[in-house]
Amino acid sequence: MTKEMTCIVCPNGCLMRVEQNGDDIQVFDALCKRGLEFAKNELINPTRSITSTVATAFPDYPLLSVKTDGELPKDKIFQAMELINKIVVKDRIKVGDVILSDVFGTNIVATSDMTLNAGEKRVDN
Amino acid sequence: MKRYRVCVLGGGPAGLAAAASAADENASVLIVEREKKLGGILKQCIHDGFGLIHFKERLTGPEYAERYIKDMIQKDVDYITSSFVTDVKKLSDGGFELELQTQEGMEKVESDTIVLACGCRERTSRQVFVHGDRPAGIYTAGTAQYFVNIMGYMPTKKCVIIGSGDIGMIMARRLTLEGAQVEGVYEIKDAPAGLDRNVAQCLDDYNIPLHLSTTVTQVFGNKRVEAVEVCQVDKKFNPIKETARIIECDSLILSVGLLPENEIADKLGIEIDNATKGPLVDQTFMTNVPGVFSCGNALHVNDLVDYVSENASLTGKYAAIYQPSNRTLVKINYSNKDFLYVVPQYYDSSKGGELNLYFRAQKEVRNHKVAFLINDEVELDKTYKRMLPSEMEAVKIKTEKTVEHAALRMGGPQK
Ligand SMILES: Cc1cc2nc3c(=O)[nH]c(=O)nc-3n(C[C@H](O)[C@H](O)[C@H](O)COP(=O)(O)OP(=O)(O)OC[C@H]3O[C@@H](n4cnc5c(N)ncnc54)[C@H](O)[C@@H]3O)c2cc1C
Ligand code: SF4
Repeated sequence: MTKEMTCIVCPNGCLMRVEQNGDDIQVFDALCKRGLEFAKNELINPTRSITSTVATAFPDYPLLSVKTDGELPKDKIFQAMELINKIVVKDRIKVGDVILSDVFGTNIVATSDMTLNAGEKRVDN
Repeated sequence: MKRYRVCVLGGGPAGLAAAASAADENASVLIVEREKKLGGILKQCIHDGFGLIHFKERLTGPEYAERYIKDMIQKDVDYITSSFVTDVKKLSDGGFELELQTQEGMEKVESDTIVLACGCRERTSRQVFVHGDRPAGIYTAGTAQYFVNIMGYMPTKKCVIIGSGDIGMIMARRLTLEGAQVEGVYEIKDAPAGLDRNVAQCLDDYNIPLHLSTTVTQVFGNKRVEAVEVCQVDKKFNPIKETARIIECDSLILSVGLLPENEIADKLGIEIDNATKGPLVDQTFMTNVPGVFSCGNALHVNDLVDYVSENASLTGKYAAIYQPSNRTLVKINYSNKDFLYVVPQYYDSSKGGELNLYFRAQKEVRNHKVAFLINDEVELDKTYKRMLPSEMEAVKIKTEKTVEHAALRMGGPQK
């Protein structure tokens, strides 16, 4: 079986020709080795990482951006979103802090730092 | 009145990197940011894919921005947010007086040099030709992104996206994940505007159809968008009437391109390049107005933030070490049959030094040679496996020569 597949591992986005004969998978037109690895996963168990936002209890910081720290099966994405949308963060947390663990084999972690003051004003006159 | 060595306008990734590298040269630096927080547009780009070149990691927009903010805070840099420049005057000593509108009111500061790092803005419905009413429910993709990712407000239940830029595709996925129905993405050209990778992971993954050579021809609705008409187009982009179809939806989202923000450049009488829509600059990223520099998306629209940081960090250094001198500007020639644009547009041969050149191919080519010539001699040549208008290329040229002519040339396909 031959099919076309776009590798999504890096911005090059190689359009690959993938040939599968049982367990034997070959890849053509990939610019690097990671293309083959991606194609194998894609045919056997496609996975994705997701990014989203969660609600917080803080009016000055109502929404916190999050991501999965690994990948989860592609067909579990919407179930994971349901879990993410139920979260309300009650502590001021930092980048990388785990908010919800073991979501289909991955963790939901913060991608923004609620303790970082990235604004207001600082001018030493 | 406080006098700075460098005043940076805009606190996005470009402004942050420029300020940090100027501070490394022991310059006193002030960043002026219009919004409440530093970080620029990356604050709302919660998806990943940033920093692959610079950090060798797949970061989200906020993570990338916060690394630069933390780095900048370590340094002795002043910054002021919720503030913008209302007026700039040139002083007789070659410096500038900036009038700022801050939260406390009007304030004036002086600076030897200015770095314009104001980023870009999105093309709006005024810049695309769509007939019909102008009801509520027409957003740019960036505005939709701001609503969903910063405000936590869903602007649509069912929408149509016009244009296949990356931000539009990323928002198609984001809105779908949050439960909206994206009926389709309509692109007037015969190829997607954004990366193939985003077609795969944002559209194909979620079964969102991409309709090429098709556009939105009309918007219907009184107060709110109720429907749009889409139509296939011929080779000259004229709608083919028989193919018209009506789609019910509550929103139309535009992803039709970005333009450098040049409000302040205009005030300073800075010359703009028709190809980039940003200022014309030399190899130090200085504009035609001595002492005024430009970097990041304000200079030309970048596709990767990694290049923005790199370019801005060079610009900050040049602004910090700038000394007034006579300029001998040599135009960098190129054919617009081969290239969309080339930045910088000039080489100042009185200053000399290395040249960091950014360019985009006019159309997709494979196995083509690109050569840089100084005084008709080849300084650099490189064969590219694949070049695309949507992917910027960058090369560094080092020369000891007195440059009298400079040109970027594209050769034919290589064996
Ligand atoms: C909606 C959108 C989504 C994007 N998504 C991606 C993406 O997914 N991946 C990617 O690599 N790139 C993306 N980009 C490109 C991205 O903008 C650049 O990679 C990068 O953020 C550019 O940095 P910058 O500092 O030049 O501009 P910006 O990040 O836009 O920062 C400019 C800053 O200047 C401030 N400013 C503007 N005018 C003034 C003024 N007069 N006075 C004071 N401050 C001012 C603005 O408030 C802003 O904070 C996106 C761009 C947009 C517009
Ligand atoms: S094959 Fe390699 S170069 Fe091509 S998109 Fe995948 S990771 Fe990138």
